[in-house]
Amino acid sequence: MIIRLLTLKNLQYVMFVGIASLLFSCSNETTTEGDDKQGNTEDLETDFKIFKAKQIMYSLPSPIETAMLLKRAGAQYNEEILNKLENINKYTTNKQMALNLGVYSADLSYASLYDQNQTSIKYMAASKKLADKLGILSAIDQSIINRLENNVNNRDSIMEIISETFMNSNSYLKDNNRSQTAAIILAGGWLEGLYISSQLIKSTKNPKELTSRIIDQRISLGTLINMLEHENKIPNEDITTLLKDLGDIKAIFDLIKVSNEDIDPVVTKGDKIAKIQGKTEISYKDEDIKKLVAKIEDFRNSIIK
Amino acid sequence: MKRFFQLFLIVAALSVIPFIGNAQCKNFAKKAKIELLPFIHDGIYNATVLSEGETAELYKTFYSGQQYRIAVVAEADMPKVEFKIMDAKRKVLYTNKEKDFAKTWDFTLESSQQLIIAIQVQTVEQLQSDIAKGCIAVLIGFMNEEDKIQK
Repeated sequence: MIIRLLTLKNLQYVMFVGIASLLFSCSNETTTEGDDKQGNTEDLETDFKIFKAKQIMYSLPSPIETAMLLKRAGAQYNEEILNKLENINKYTTNKQMALNLGVYSADLSYASLYDQNQTSIKYMAASKKLADKLGILSAIDQSIINRLENNVNNRDSIMEIISETFMNSNSYLKDNNRSQTAAIILAGGWLEGLYISSQLIKSTKNPKELTSRIIDQRISLGTLINMLEHENKIPNEDITTLLKDLGDIKAIFDLIKVSNEDIDPVVTKGDKIAKIQGKTEISYKDEDIKKLVAKIEDFRNSIIK
Repeated sequence: MKRFFQLFLIVAALSVIPFIGNAQCKNFAKKAKIELLPFIHDGIYNATVLSEGETAELYKTFYSGQQYRIAVVAEADMPKVEFKIMDAKRKVLYTNKEKDFAKTWDFTLESSQQLIIAIQVQTVEQLQSDIAKGCIAVLIGFMNEEDKIQK
């Protein structure tokens, strides 16, 4: 019956709609050579000329990676700076829920890396609640919380579980054409990591390393802005307002002088692992860091309220 | 009316094809995480469906002092995949083509910087009726240094 239905005219129509829907599903992830502002692709040219579209992906430091960087920088644990669990009922819009799912994920990662097991379980439950409200089906189910409870003494397992839940969330959203929401969650997680770092420099005895990590985030901020602009090709008011706030943070980051980035990195092969060499010198005024910390605090508090 | 309904069903069936592909990609990416061990996956889902000859690029900031592993894994029936690591000025720092298309590369950095992971599915020289197409996962892992020291 289906074959009989496919007369030439119908077939053309079906093929047109099918191809259009296939193209639409990829449209916000591809760029052509002509509008590629990141650079050229001549090194990657091949004799395969039909498909010229190049897919662009942006990857931010995940909450678990940020927490790891914090710990390596000598930061201490301070539960007071986490977003309070009781705030969860305030989040009703898609933007609030998505940003604060990122925030709670970052808090969860931070707590778990400092072996705060009960806090980790509570923040995982809060993340589950927000993921459920956002309709991210099965990203965090009861079995994940049980696994977390059963592995409280194994930090590698806990990190693996958190990494898995984060991947479940962002893959579910991207697969269901909700990459804008996925981007907002990532933005929330990134901002909370920056907020935690900026709060901890106030209480850290030697904040140089931590300050350096905060300054490093200027590079990720550029990636985040590129990612949100990419997502905003289909205009989204939530993303537009986020971009404005992030632009204000970027303006303060831009006050920090970074030099010697022109040195070409060279890969050296050590005993076991390659090392990309290339020094960067950074100079800043303390008042600029204070300004940055204050701006981050304002922005983060506006998100969690 | 009946014909319109039948036509609608076919169009609807064609429209879900990309989502089926995406779901397969997600499951593939989850399985591919094994390539990162003993590094811990950062939790970010970077996977896409590519055909032979197609390219993709991933932009990510990597931090000094941290040990990283990049794994670029393609489905079994795909042609070989080249991946290059470039700095922000697109200077090539590593290419797996010189390492027999190795799936992973481990490295550390002296200073934090944005790197570009450029991937390209190689073309198949023999003439084939179908264009090879499949899922490719770009996975980033980092080493839990603290545990490594303790162990």
